[in-house]
Amino acid sequence: MAQTTKTPTAAPPGDLPPTRQNFVDLVKAAEWGLVGGATATFVSAIGMVPDFDGRTLIDPFLTLGYLVLFLVPFAFGYMAARPLPTLEGQEPVRVGPKNVLAGAIAGTVTGLVLFVPTLVAVNFNLRSVFVNLSPAMADTLTLGQSLGVGLLLLVVLCLVAGAMGAGVNVIPARWRVPVMTGLLWVLTVGLLEDLATQLLRGLNLDALVGVFFAPGGGLKPAGAIIVFVLVFSLQLVFQRRPPGLKARYQALDQSERRRWTIILIAATAVIVYLIPIVLGGFMSEILDLVGIYLLMALGLNIVIGFAGLLDLGYVAFFAVGAYMTAVLTSPGSPALTPELTFWAALPFVVLAAALSGVLVGTPVLRMRGDYLAIVTLGFGEIARILFLSDWFDPVFGGAQGITQIPSPSIGPFEINTPPQFFYPIIVMVFVAAYISWALANSRIGRAWNAIREDEPIAEALGVNIVTAKLSAFVVGAALASFAGALFASKIGAVFPNSFSIIVSIIVLVIIIVGGMGNLAGVAVGALVIVGLPQLLREFDEYRFLLYGALLIFMMLAKPEGIIPSRRRVAELHQEEMSQDAWLTAEPESELDEARTTPATAKD
Amino acid sequence: MALLEINQLRKTFGGLTAIEGLDLHVDEGEIVSIIGPNGAGKTTLFNLISGLFPVDEGEMLFAGQSLNGLFPNQVTELGLARTFQNVRLFPNMTVRENVMVAQHCRTKSGILRSILRTSKFRHEEAEIKARAEEVLGFFGSRLVGYRFDQPAFVLSYANRRRLEIARAMGTDPTMILLDEPTAGMNPKETTELTGLIGKLRDDHGITICMIEHDMQVVRGVSDRVICLDYGRKIAEGTYQEVATNEQVIEAYLGRKATDAAS
Repeated sequence: MAQTTKTPTAAPPGDLPPTRQNFVDLVKAAEWGLVGGATATFVSAIGMVPDFDGRTLIDPFLTLGYLVLFLVPFAFGYMAARPLPTLEGQEPVRVGPKNVLAGAIAGTVTGLVLFVPTLVAVNFNLRSVFVNLSPAMADTLTLGQSLGVGLLLLVVLCLVAGAMGAGVNVIPARWRVPVMTGLLWVLTVGLLEDLATQLLRGLNLDALVGVFFAPGGGLKPAGAIIVFVLVFSLQLVFQRRPPGLKARYQALDQSERRRWTIILIAATAVIVYLIPIVLGGFMSEILDLVGIYLLMALGLNIVIGFAGLLDLGYVAFFAVGAYMTAVLTSPGSPALTPELTFWAALPFVVLAAALSGVLVGTPVLRMRGDYLAIVTLGFGEIARILFLSDWFDPVFGGAQGITQIPSPSIGPFEINTPPQFFYPIIVMVFVAAYISWALANSRIGRAWNAIREDEPIAEALGVNIVTAKLSAFVVGAALASFAGALFASKIGAVFPNSFSIIVSIIVLVIIIVGGMGNLAGVAVGALVIVGLPQLLREFDEYRFLLYGALLIFMMLAKPEGIIPSRRRVAELHQEEMSQDAWLTAEPESELDEARTTPATAKD
Repeated sequence: MALLEINQLRKTFGGLTAIEGLDLHVDEGEIVSIIGPNGAGKTTLFNLISGLFPVDEGEMLFAGQSLNGLFPNQVTELGLARTFQNVRLFPNMTVRENVMVAQHCRTKSGILRSILRTSKFRHEEAEIKARAEEVLGFFGSRLVGYRFDQPAFVLSYANRRRLEIARAMGTDPTMILLDEPTAGMNPKETTELTGLIGKLRDDHGITICMIEHDMQVVRGVSDRVICLDYGRKIAEGTYQEVATNEQVIEAYLGRKATDAAS
């Protein structure tokens, strides 16, 4: 095997000890390969690779299945070839062919490990236990070739993938980002082919569809190259960013700034107006769902991101909003049938949700962290069970729920198709985003922040934590009830089972993955967590597996989320940042700044 | 006239008596230092006054109002602020925001006004900001300018202590309880802070009661010194009186040591 031989690679002579400079740690690389092999085996054996084989990304040669499979040696090749971190005062470690070799070794080992599931699937029948360890899987892994040729091909491709992953480390930093962004865009466009073609058709660019996409699905090689070159060059141009747009905007005088604000708002309005028209019914349906979850995520962001109250029963407020709307508007509601219009019902819905916020918030005022999480988790379930219960059956209809909820209407226009529903949802989202922003930069927002950082101290400084916490619950509940009201009138019916605990979890995942405390981050989180699984039906079966993997990855690699808030980054990287601040600090008087001892408790 | 008056205060934690039959008063415009060996109940006393712990027995009056059973935020609202021994800032908020939070109990804007951004709200917000910057200016150039927008965690230890005092000042108090304000500072910083504590009273008219271990500081600013031991008051008077008190020396050095020395 490769890892037993020492390779005297031509390394540049340096003053550093040979362990740092001259050798590839082959054992380490092989270890990465073994972990990669286990991962690839897992991914294949649960059926992801054969299942995803149906979706073509780049027409003749790359399907989603193979992407998932070869992403594993690519990622572990990258890990195996990562250079040692350079410490202050050390000469940076030079990267070169030896790193690529390490990646190739990791990839090869991964490929070799993949022999196991292939050979097992061909020679034994374990399908009573491992359902997906089938000849079909073996066939996919051997790329449709005969066993010998196929396995050889598999190892070679894994080797190449590993070396490519390693190559990411070797490319100079200036080129790395454009190349990776380009590749990412090619894969994304291939993956979201439906969205892309719909977009082109909606913009009346039908002719381009044929240029980019193959009739059987997937990008044409030419299309892939066009996308890559386009993104690559754009990224290269915009890497040298012009002096901050925001600063330039703030430098404008009052009237200029107002004009630009109006232009921006108008442009946003036009784009928002066009989105559902361009995207059509199916995509709008997905966007509606994303919007409803986004609305909830913005609300939960206030409770968790701002006030630091870990509420796991958030779905309760969503349910209250939906059920209140149903009771107040539906002619089919079992007990009360005031049959209000959607808009007339909305104030009552928000009032009811605010009340339920106080109801949930009051008993947990003195609870923190884990205890609060568990208790609110219980409240969430209690809400669902109450709506399901026989006790409330005469009012909420038990398991049958409430049907015939009318669609909202604006003047003579009734809102009942998905593209039409997009508008009230997006308006609500903007309202919620504005509310979040306004509250974050206010007296009450500062009080929430202080409570999140140090509750007893906030109280000792004069913050009334009872009203501050309750107002966080109330605002969060109100936003969730907006989402509930829109959900109920969009679906036209409510059932207790729509409000299971998983809704709370998904909303929480959205804000963690997207970036807690940041509005743009939460929006991206909602698109990724709710939108993608709808768009890629293959993912549905593996949804929770992928959520879990994504969460673990985010916690390890980027705990502050995809688009984090500045404050969140500071919180999670406090030590490094205070180091940096210390290094770059302007020297004050002689002794003062020399004592940068961390403020640890004295007793 | 006594601003803070404490009568027969008692606090026990299980079997441990932390404060026992304590009488104490601080007059308006006074600087009173509380000294005593470790575990004498000094910080417990502050925690009782500021409402962090419930009182077992006794009565505490601040400007004629009873403090018994009040929440910490209510005590602060009455005009009695405090700092903490183990500096507890809001590390991820900026220096300015740390002080702006302190204005919470002096301002009123609620959710609705914040969302609608009424002129009243904007006016109040500007006032809070101006007040915070004014308070930070108390420490000369140390916490102003580019420091305003720095998160509190990048501050040096001495600056963190200063920010804590600024935060207490931000609540517009008539009296501040300082818990070991100079702990961990170097001699130069200590001297500077001693001067500032005097200025706090002279220029801002704030009554001060502080716990302090550094006898230079105690001697430098105190009008009156109170020594606690095992939760009881063992001496009270000017610095000279207390420093020469037999019982005080005994509490710090122990009986045998004094015997051996004499």
